[in-house]
Amino acid sequence: MNAFLHAAIIAGIPLLLATLGETITEKAGHLNLGVEGMMLLGAVAGFATGLYTGSPVLAILAAILAGAGGALIYGILTISMRANQVVSGLALTIFGTGFSSYMGSGLIGQKLSEQMTDFFRPVAIPLLSGIPLIGDMLFRQDVFVYFSYLLCILIGIYLFKTNMGLNLQAIGENPSAADASGIPITRYKYIHVLLGGALCGLGGAYLSVVQVPQWQENITSGRGWIAIALVIFCKWNPWKSFFGAILFGGLSIVGFRLQQFNISQHILDMLPYLVTILVLAIGRENKKNSAPEAMSLPYFREER
Amino acid sequence: MTILAEMRNIKKSFGDVIANRDVSFELRAGEIHALLGENGAGKSTLMNMLSGIYQPDSGSILIHEKPVTIRSPKEAIKLGIGMIHQHYKLVEKFTALENILMGQESSFFLRKKELIQKVEKLARNYHIAADLNKSIYTMSIGEKQSVDILKVLYQGAKILIMDEPTAVLTPQEIQSLFQVMRNMAAEGCGIVIITHKLNEVMEISDRVTVLQKGSTVKTLITAETNQKELTDLMVGKATDLQIERPKTQLGKVVLKVEHLEAINKDKAKVLKDISFELREGEVLGVAGVAGSGQKELCEALAGLYPVSGGQITFHGESLIGKSPAEIINAGMTMSFVPEDRLGMGLVGSMDMIDNYLLKAHHKQKGLFLKRKPLEKVCENMIKALDIQTPDVHYPISKLSGGNIQKVLIGREIETEPQVLITAYAVRGLDVGSAHTIYELINEQKQKGVAILFIGEDLDVIMELCDRIMVLYDGEVKGIVNGETAVKEEIGLLMGGGKLYA
Amino acid sequence: MLRLVKRGHVSKRERILIYFLSVLAALVTSGLFVLLMGHSPWQVFQSMILGAFGSRLRFQDTMIIAVPLIITSVGIMIAFKMKFWNIGGEGQILIGALFASYFALNFSDWPRPVLLLVMLLAGFAGGALVALIPAVLKVKLQTNETIVTLMLNYIAFHLVTYLQYGPWRDPNSKGFPKIANFSANALLPKVFGLHMGWIIMLILVVAITILLRYTKIGYKIAVVGESKDTARYAGMNLNRIIISSVAVSGGICGMVGMIEAAGVNYTLTPSLTGGYGFLAIITTWLSGLNPVAIIPVSVLFAALTKGGNFIQTAFQIPQSAASVIQSIILFFVIGAEFFIQYRIVGKEKG
Repeated sequence: MNAFLHAAIIAGIPLLLATLGETITEKAGHLNLGVEGMMLLGAVAGFATGLYTGSPVLAILAAILAGAGGALIYGILTISMRANQVVSGLALTIFGTGFSSYMGSGLIGQKLSEQMTDFFRPVAIPLLSGIPLIGDMLFRQDVFVYFSYLLCILIGIYLFKTNMGLNLQAIGENPSAADASGIPITRYKYIHVLLGGALCGLGGAYLSVVQVPQWQENITSGRGWIAIALVIFCKWNPWKSFFGAILFGGLSIVGFRLQQFNISQHILDMLPYLVTILVLAIGRENKKNSAPEAMSLPYFREER
Repeated sequence: MTILAEMRNIKKSFGDVIANRDVSFELRAGEIHALLGENGAGKSTLMNMLSGIYQPDSGSILIHEKPVTIRSPKEAIKLGIGMIHQHYKLVEKFTALENILMGQESSFFLRKKELIQKVEKLARNYHIAADLNKSIYTMSIGEKQSVDILKVLYQGAKILIMDEPTAVLTPQEIQSLFQVMRNMAAEGCGIVIITHKLNEVMEISDRVTVLQKGSTVKTLITAETNQKELTDLMVGKATDLQIERPKTQLGKVVLKVEHLEAINKDKAKVLKDISFELREGEVLGVAGVAGSGQKELCEALAGLYPVSGGQITFHGESLIGKSPAEIINAGMTMSFVPEDRLGMGLVGSMDMIDNYLLKAHHKQKGLFLKRKPLEKVCENMIKALDIQTPDVHYPISKLSGGNIQKVLIGREIETEPQVLITAYAVRGLDVGSAHTIYELINEQKQKGVAILFIGEDLDVIMELCDRIMVLYDGEVKGIVNGETAVKEEIGLLMGGGKLYA
Repeated sequence: MLRLVKRGHVSKRERILIYFLSVLAALVTSGLFVLLMGHSPWQVFQSMILGAFGSRLRFQDTMIIAVPLIITSVGIMIAFKMKFWNIGGEGQILIGALFASYFALNFSDWPRPVLLLVMLLAGFAGGALVALIPAVLKVKLQTNETIVTLMLNYIAFHLVTYLQYGPWRDPNSKGFPKIANFSANALLPKVFGLHMGWIIMLILVVAITILLRYTKIGYKIAVVGESKDTARYAGMNLNRIIISSVAVSGGICGMVGMIEAAGVNYTLTPSLTGGYGFLAIITTWLSGLNPVAIIPVSVLFAALTKGGNFIQTAFQIPQSAASVIQSIILFFVIGAEFFIQYRIVGKEKG
């Protein structure tokens, strides 16, 4: 059981990072369906950089840049050029899938240096890891995981407790009101769409650099779409996404452990999507935590 | 007196439409300056350039006698310019306080607890009532306006622009708004009020600038002018603004409404115990502050709004539970000219023929549409109503407001209805087009059609309608005779008061 | 200082010019990408064209990709016309294939025309059924259809994977997890060397064009798409129109599933959709919701894919490079709409 919970966290981390990324993207009023593509870009950039430089820090930086780079294409199209968000996001996923597979064609079968794998070895945090039940699960993990916890907490504080967070939400809800209040819409949108992409890139890198750690074509295998579902499931709340990501992460690996009960993993794989549809259909309309109202609508100040 | 803002020879166009041709305007400290003009004269466009929403194509803006370029609302705020837009710029999900604080980057963390006191103090200074912890989506229109004003004041505006602020308020609420405006002017602010209502200009403003078709006509001192002069300047020619009220023989009761009730999505009662009769050959006016149930009443009569109680009968036959299609098929000819022309009555991107088909497609048999025979019908309509359009295949959203309304009313009259319901039929139209619409309504009345006229301008309602029904908060507050009605009495009813005969 | 201005009227000629220029810019950019890979862009593009259209066989291969893309696009378009964002093409194709496969696998003794017709109808039913879920949720509960259709894609994918590994696994495949191949009776016959899906495609394009332009139903769909309030006002039964046309939209995608199973894969696999459901969203959007324009746009993207296959053998450029080129072109064409809507003007200060 303990081993399973531990593994659920690891399975949940890429989902968590991508969900955080998509959450702040959507808070800026942008539905980016390119999550899968950005994760793949981050995964391939992180792995390749780790492989060639042997530096974990550079690998992470490369993943951040790659994810943000993908988001930049999407941002130019949807923020500056006001293109359709759904179409642009899908094109980004096609691009990320193709580009990562092209760049990764020489990486298959290669192994990361010991320096890299050592860096991401689980470290128990004194005291905290001693807590019964959750100690082992939460606090005997690698630095990447701890870093993700921190990001999750910080993004929540940022969204709900700071002026910039309030401004960001105003943009996603009603850009024209935000604009009239003097909030620089375009700058905010770019910053958060890029930040969102960077987080997706990080999520991808966790897979290729830490979790697997090897390059496989299409290594994310649909996790980007689960992240999009998670954003809704967790009601655009970074803190709730932590639990959602572990739940969906756990679901994705539980089949192996349930073989004796004759439950197929493939059936379980459907659950995140099913649950999301249910949440969308039933769990409405508490106005306070519904989708940002101006999501996927382009904003042009002089629109009449 | 110091000049706060000056705009010189401003020009602004949108695509192919010129909104401001050549406008100049000046605002002084401590004055309330009315910007008067018909709909489409370019008033809001001009002020949106002062508040940084639009940018002029040419011309110059001076603030405190220094030339400036205002590239965004942020820069406008820095210059001390604030605007209360017609559609309040508020985030519905946020509380009042959050709306006021957003955009302020005074500190990294939100300091709601400290700032709420600051805002409350500001509200007390100007005698503005507002519950700062209330979410906007639960507020009434008047409350929302207060929040928006407070927000602009909190941003430190010295130049305050209000775009048609009274349109949605009761006469009493208007008085308290005017008091707030006077308080602000006394503090040395300059206030611009955009309006097309002459009585407001006379009541509140110190000076008035008249715009016509995108150009400045004149700036006058309010005390030295009168309504007649302003009208002539606004319309561009000496006009006869008399609306006729032809005498007709009242016929049978066509539409009878008894104890009608309806509830909205949030389970709130929007129509309460409404009863009235509508006879052949009469115009029954409906007065009331916007949002008093007019929209729901019209839609309920047309079968578009669910009714929770009461009865509607058309020549004795019940309409309750019938869909619009069933009403049409039962031969009950009722026409409805809705408030939202392009959002409900017509499809903007389609041409006249396809818009005509909205009603006519029910009568066509078979799978395929027959468009050809309708060309003639539409061409006749163009001639009869003098609709300005290149041809019947032109998308109607590209027509002017008056012509769009003519297409809509023309189509509805074409069906030879027994009942005609019009909601805000002249909203946004210039004086000329408005009068064409009044004439069309009177023509129908003389033919014996029973007409329900929902209006917003009390003066028009009082001149045009035979009887006037006043709605307040979904209730009928009284039905008075159009010829003997007194404006103050109707105003009182509109605010929810009672009449004692 | 530069700023944006919304354009007024844009003539057809300007529009075509803008798209032409954007494709040109895309070719230059992807040419750079090819150059970076160490090849001559000129040669690579030339052989992509040759690879897609250079011989009868290659053209047929291109059409094998174009046919499902066109049908899916036309299907999705019906929903898009109503502003119902059906991005569930993938799932609808897959469930359509699933339903068709049920008959192919279990009733292979039926006469071929009957079996094929039943399979096609089953494919339609399958796709329609999947599409009904978001349609009903939208009508009854105002649920956002974009997300629901998206989620259903993955539910369908995992469902078919489950069948492949579980109940429908072919016992004769020596442990390899796959569903049995269809018998010859359940395969689409070839006409002019190409499976007869292309005939179905032509019929559908013509039928849908007529439906949307000249019939009452098409008119109603257009009105609903423009304004739901207007549709109600005009006495249209909104819910019935939305539900039935979304069902048709999904049903047409479901037929693609049948065609792919019976004409190309000869069996049911989770990867049978080939990404057509997603690509079709883009082709539909780029064709401006015009059923006739869908054909050239789809053929172009099919040619890019087929040409990409070809350069893999000719230049040892991985197939994935072709999808990079494809997405570069996508980005540029998506961006082109901007220049139709807006104009950038410079302005002197003060």
